Formats: sequence, C-alpha cells, structure tokens
Amino acid sequence: MSSFSFDGQPVPLQPGDTILQAAQRAGHEVPHLCWHPEVSSSASCRVCTVRVDGRPAAACTTAAAAGQRVDCHTADLRAQRLHLLQMLFVEGNHFCPGCEKSGHCLLQHQAERAGMTDLHYETLNPERPVDASHPDVLFEPNRCILCQLCVRASDELDGKQVFAIGGHGIGAHLLIDSASGRLGDSALSVEDRAAHICPVGALLPKRVGFAVPIGRRTFDDEETRG
Amino acid sequence: MNTDTSAPRKLRVATVSLAGCFGCHMSFLDIDERLFELIEHITFDRSPLTDIKTVGPCDIGLIEGGLCNAENVEVLRAFRANCRVLVAVGACAITGGLPALRNHLDVGDMLQAVYGTVPDDPELPLPLNKVHPIHEVVRIDHSLPGCPPPADAFWQLLQDLIAGREPALNKGLIRYD
Ligand code: SF4
Ligand code: SF4
Repeated sequence: MSSFSFDGQPVPLQPGDTILQAAQRAGHEVPHLCWHPEVSSSASCRVCTVRVDGRPAAACTTAAAAGQRVDCHTADLRAQRLHLLQMLFVEGNHFCPGCEKSGHCLLQHQAERAGMTDLHYETLNPERPVDASHPDVLFEPNRCILCQLCVRASDELDGKQVFAIGGHGIGAHLLIDSASGRLGDSALSVEDRAAHICPVGALLPKRVGFAVPIGRRTFDDEETRG
Repeated sequence: MNTDTSAPRKLRVATVSLAGCFGCHMSFLDIDERLFELIEHITFDRSPLTDIKTVGPCDIGLIEGGLCNAENVEVLRAFRANCRVLVAVGACAITGGLPALRNHLDVGDMLQAVYGTVPDDPELPLPLNKVHPIHEVVRIDHSLPGCPPPADAFWQLLQDLIAGREPALNKGLIRYD
C-alpha cells in the first residue's frame, strides 16, 4: 500500500484522502478548528497548516500523495498555531469564565494544547449585538470565529442555507437568511445539525448551559480539576 | 544585623489586585500548608497580605485584575518599575476578564444608572472608558491563565522562579475558566 510520511512515521493512503483524513485515521492528531468529518472542508482557520515537502499547506484540503513528507508538530508550526489562536481570541470576546461552552469548546481546547498562557496582541473589543430572537437557539457573534461550520451544515446536511459569511476584512461576519437578519425569523430549527455544530460558544441551544459538571466536560481530563 | 550569608537571599514578592475580585489571591493561598515551605524562600513586599503601602524593589510582582481606573494604571506602572519579573495572574489581568463585558456600554451611562448622582470627589480614581488587560500598558514576563489559576499553577510558577528556571506550566495547569 502507498504511504506518505507524517512527522517521520509512515501513514497509509486511501484514494481521495486529504492529509488530515489519512493522518487522523492512522491515529495522529492534527490540530484543527474549522474541519468537521460531517461536512466539506473550508480551510478558513489555518490551524491545521502543515509543511508538505517543506511548503505550508492546509492539511484539511491538501490531497495526500505517496511519498510526501509532511511535518505537523514542529517548533515553527507550533509557534504559528499559537499566534493564530491568540489572534482569534483577541478578535472576539472570549471570556471563558462566563461562557457556557467552556470545557466543550474546540477553540479553548486547541489553545490549551498549544500552551497559550497570554493573548500577546491587543484586544479588539468587538461590539456586535447578541441575537436572542430565536426561541431555542442563541447567537453570540462576539464569539464567532467564522469557521463556517454552521454555514456548511445548513447547506449540506439540513438543506436550508440559513447562514452565510458577509462583509470584508475584519468586518466579515455571519449572515442569517431572514428578512430581518435575525435568527428568530430564519428557517433554523433547534433540530437542525447547524444548530449544534458550532465548535465554540457562538451558536448555543438555549436553556442547557452549565449542565455538565466540571471534570466531565468534553475536553476535561483527569488533570483538569484535581 | 543579619550576618548569616550562608542561606540564599529570599526573593521579594509583591502582589496586588487591580480590577480583580481577590479570587486569584485566594487561589494562591489554596497552596495551603505549602505556604510554610514557600515562606522559607520568599518574603512579601506590598501585598493585600501585608501592611506595606508602596511597592519597593522586588524580584517578582504578581498582578491580579485588569485595568478599570486611573489608579490601577498608576499602581501597575509602579509594579513594572520595581519588579524584575512581572506576572499577569488570572483571566482579568490577561484578557480584561468578565469585567471587560462592560466595554460595550458607555461608562457615563453606567455610573448614572447605578448611582443617579455620580460621585465626583477627586479622591476617587476616574474609571477608564474601557477595561484593559495589563499587557496593553506594560511589558509582562509571564502569565498564569485561569479564573482563577489553579493553586498548583502558582506553586509551579514560584518553584520555577525560585530555582532560576524559565517558568513552564505542566499540562492541566493551563485553563481559562
Ligand atoms: S467560545 Fe470557547 S474560547 Fe470563546 S469564550 Fe467560549 S469557551 Fe472560551
Ligand atoms: S457561528 Fe459557530 S459554526 Fe457558525 S461560523 Fe461562527 S463559529 Fe463557526
């Protein structure tokens, strides 16, 4: 069977594999945020950036090929990942101590794994109004990392196209398809996959916060709380 | 007069709570009986735990809380000027923390809503327009994340600094909530 090398270890290939898919199947962890096995890839977060034969590439969209040399856990890629995560933290209002997603949040988990202790950059203090208009789903745009998972889940899994990304540069934001632009007037239902796929605390089902004891949340481990 | 030169000099540690809740100090005290061991190696300068009014030359400064008023900024600058190593302790010092949720509100409207007649004695420090993390005003050497950081994170940091090592938090001691 053909294979490529991932951090020096041989990883077997299947036809159509991306680097991320093949590496994960072989048991390697590739840090990522905007990738999800149920929907297509978008390569927007860049956290899965690896070096393929020396050149940077997003592991979630780059086809794996026999004989490739892929480096993932190197010092320079670790430093780059840390800075990407710090940029996402200062771009939004990530006050984990009051966020219902804490302990279940992929952004927080990746930051912990990257050894992030400080924000490094200046905080941007966005002031986007919370949208609580939907009876069952809350949208807190100041935590949205524009991963587009809700966009893709709504398009590809729910067949609804409730979400899109609009605006430019730092003004880019999540758009909601309704006349008012508010979630409550959209076709979103809490049964939709899009209502649950958000990797952070931006789109949250209402009335279920803080339900899991600390120590037993998704990303808690035995070291999280003594 | 202290003529004993055999014991290594104790490190001088100052601590302060700016726009903090004192919870980081409480978590520091959660090292419990290890405080007795610690006090063999450090001595406290200005701190809510001592009666010293102004910060003097120190080895380590531990800063809890972000910046919410003019006095916070003055005290932070004094700590930076006096401390060889300055440590941002807790979510508020590092990110502004939950107090920074006021940043999308007008500070004048808030004071009006709470007080009716806003206190205006010059004794009182004026609030800043927004709450800021401390790295936006002075250089920070190390950070202990968490709201509050676990007691073991304080222990680890101080052990590393006392031993002259670059502080490193073990897995499990980095948390943000
Ligand atoms: S979304 Fe994640 S990183 Fe942001 S505040 Fe919530 S738990 Fe923290
Ligand atoms: S709301 Fe959540 S899923 Fe949608 S783009 Fe923002 S972070 Fe991603």
